[in-house]
Amino acid sequence: MTNSIAEIENNDVIFVIGSNTTETHPVIAVMMKRAVRNGAKLIVADPRRIDLVSFSHLWLQQRPGTDVALLNSMMHVILKEDLIDKEFILARTEGFEEFRKILERYTPEYGEQITGVPKERIIEAALLYGRARRAGIYYTMGMTQHTHGTDNVFALANLALMTGNVGIECAGVNPLRGQNNVQGACDMGCLPDVFPGYQKVNVPEINKKFSDAWKSRLSDKVGLTAQEMIWAADGGALKAMYVMGENPVLTDPDVNHTIRALKNLEFLVVQDIFMTETAELADVVLPAACFAEKEGTFTNTERRVQRIRKAVEPPGEAREDSWIIMELSKRLGYGEMNYSSIEEVFNEIRTLWPAVAGITYHRIEKKGIQWPCPTLDHPGTQYLFKGGFPRGRAPFTRVEYREPEELPDEEYPFILSTGRQLFHYHARSMTGRVPALNTVSPEGYVELNPEDAERLGIIDGEIVKVSSRRGAIEVRAKISERPQKGMVFIPFHFSQANVLTNTALDPISKIPELKVCAVRIETVRRKV
Amino acid sequence: MVTLTIDGKKVTVPETFTLLEASKKLDIYIPTLCYHPKITPFGGCRLCIVEIKGMKNPVTACTTPVSEGMEVTTTSPYLERLRKTILELILSDHPNDCMVCEKAGDCTLQELAYFYGIREMRFEGERRRYTKRDDNPFIERELEKCIMCGRCVRVCAEVQGVSAIDFGYRGFDLKICTPFEKDLSCEFCGQCVAVCPTGALRGKMWTQKGRQKGVKEVDTICPYCGVGCNITLHVRRNEVIRVTSKEDTVNEGWLCVKGRFGYSFISSPDRLTKPLIRIAPKGCEAADPRRAGESPYPLSPTSYESFREATWDEALDYIAERLKEIKEKYGPSAIGALASARCTNEENYLFQKFIRAVIGTNNIDHCARY
Repeated sequence: MTNSIAEIENNDVIFVIGSNTTETHPVIAVMMKRAVRNGAKLIVADPRRIDLVSFSHLWLQQRPGTDVALLNSMMHVILKEDLIDKEFILARTEGFEEFRKILERYTPEYGEQITGVPKERIIEAALLYGRARRAGIYYTMGMTQHTHGTDNVFALANLALMTGNVGIECAGVNPLRGQNNVQGACDMGCLPDVFPGYQKVNVPEINKKFSDAWKSRLSDKVGLTAQEMIWAADGGALKAMYVMGENPVLTDPDVNHTIRALKNLEFLVVQDIFMTETAELADVVLPAACFAEKEGTFTNTERRVQRIRKAVEPPGEAREDSWIIMELSKRLGYGEMNYSSIEEVFNEIRTLWPAVAGITYHRIEKKGIQWPCPTLDHPGTQYLFKGGFPRGRAPFTRVEYREPEELPDEEYPFILSTGRQLFHYHARSMTGRVPALNTVSPEGYVELNPEDAERLGIIDGEIVKVSSRRGAIEVRAKISERPQKGMVFIPFHFSQANVLTNTALDPISKIPELKVCAVRIETVRRKV
Repeated sequence: MVTLTIDGKKVTVPETFTLLEASKKLDIYIPTLCYHPKITPFGGCRLCIVEIKGMKNPVTACTTPVSEGMEVTTTSPYLERLRKTILELILSDHPNDCMVCEKAGDCTLQELAYFYGIREMRFEGERRRYTKRDDNPFIERELEKCIMCGRCVRVCAEVQGVSAIDFGYRGFDLKICTPFEKDLSCEFCGQCVAVCPTGALRGKMWTQKGRQKGVKEVDTICPYCGVGCNITLHVRRNEVIRVTSKEDTVNEGWLCVKGRFGYSFISSPDRLTKPLIRIAPKGCEAADPRRAGESPYPLSPTSYESFREATWDEALDYIAERLKEIKEKYGPSAIGALASARCTNEENYLFQKFIRAVIGTNNIDHCARY
């Protein structure tokens, strides 16, 4: 997030796109609802009638995967109505003149044609956002899990830049991070192209800095992303994998392919708190401690580094992940992995990433601090880009609407989107073991529009077969006004949705297109 | 800004303040039951009554706005007698079972009864009786203990925006219930449980797990989504028995159903407790997503039958040996690693350091894209 959670309540316009906030980030939704009660205008853009729609002033029900067209046509209107922030554009951005040409053909009529959103609504949304003084954009995977996910985010950045809605208090571009420490895992360099603090592995000075610090000659070749590793495993180039606390069998697209790839490995280590579907394929399974059994820090969606503390002892012989890594390093003859406490590890991070140099365990004892925080007397950063961007001027990026990789056709006439629901979390290895949560949400389902259901002769609660080019599943039908006609939704928590999904990736971010693929729905009534 | 006098002390506050908020600024304590700083004042319990010079009757401090030159008295023998009577009336219809009540020790009503020294019941009469309903897996309701303060109703409407409950019926039959007494739109966030000042609402899974004695509180961060809600784990005998959240945090004390009630996985009997080494070939019957139905956890026992238990030394030596072999045979880039968005910063740092500096590859990623 460029802004902070506490700033939400002072947004005058909240634009939520591709985020089912009440279910995926319920407490942030609480802040949004309060802002609406205090007079903020809420625009929701989502192909499904999510709960937040009932709190909104305006709902744009775009077809899945048409976000660039929607945003470009909103920007077309903003430009035409002269609601741009000329001063901001002049002082802090570059490339506006070339960029504005792109918008010419994205008239509201053209936008309506692609997105299915009535042009009046596109205009109204553009005027609401364009006239706002403190507009906040909030998005999640609904924006990013597309083959044009990066384009979607560029389009949002363009929208914020041309109206000057970034770099000031209560206005910005805010991806809501989906996991307790996904921000931290990225910050810590658990990405194939960067060391901790987003420092590129292939920049010689940086590579030398880390090689010196860790006393090892480090590779300057960018590594494989998660999906690429699965492909490499399937192709035979990758021989071994070490998975710490993840369950790719359930969370990655195309389950059957993932299983085949992991089985093809010569050696697989899985370190987890439960016997997950991925662990079942491992050669060695190591029992790890969970969040309540160790000390350390998590970094939340607003870049706040917060302390977690040990409350209970791990069960049996389960050990902290840090202990396991240190022990293995020793066995592999590496001498630079000796720490007497977790705080010592954090202090090493501070020496290598200037943005957290000012954060200490002592300072965050009571309340976390938001990075960047370069010095011990720095209070932390409530919102980013105050007074300027790190690279100088922020560029406008010219993005055009591109179709999703796999669109419905005669054989597979429905669009499938996957996502979360309120009562479960990711692969369900935690929430699936909480009896009360299983009581209210015992199994997977496919959400289906009543008109489609009627046409197919499907009744609420019956088991239907959903198939795609990757595989087929049988799942209970849930007839609901939520999804638009021609679209179905399956929560990915249960071992079902990702049998169907497509592994096509965004060319830049390498994120799979989990939000759009083509499926067929059939009844499976068996003769008695 | 407005200047007024409370108990002889002058205070200047914004005109939007109530007498209760102004008193708080002076650190003057006024007892309340229905008041909660994050929700609209209600004036229901009448305990916060104060006297204003020139006004005939006492008024409720939580709903009366300040005005210039007001002279307010918050305590006097007369006010305290009224307050005690109000409490006695509330308690006249309240089950006197603090001995076994889950809320004992953390109950506002119990505290007030203690400070006002209420030992006997002056008012005897009919008592409310309710049929017990047990259809909510998260929230236990004991309506006999409800004092109709309406905090739950207002928090559900104003904070969560759900309005799953409201006052139903009238007079002696008045109670908090869902529309037509059916469970309809509850999101089980438990905000109502968090603000209930008595034992009327509590977490069902907290029952007889421990109250205050022998329970330690540990401040930490919720393990689910990226909001980073601050939670407090209540721990008794090495078991997390309850989760609460403090008000002066990024989440202001609000939580969702997973954060508040989704903690029992910590002490699940399914937890891995020993290193395991494979002994059978990689079948993956249990990993087959199309297996019939959605079998609840734990996974089928067959998933464990393919492994044998090992010591840490054995397992770690084995991993080190195999990784070394593969690295020597195929080069470091034949090894890949997935770190975890569930693990700490420190662990993720160590893990990528291990993969980069010890294994020698940048093949490291995690589920940021899923």
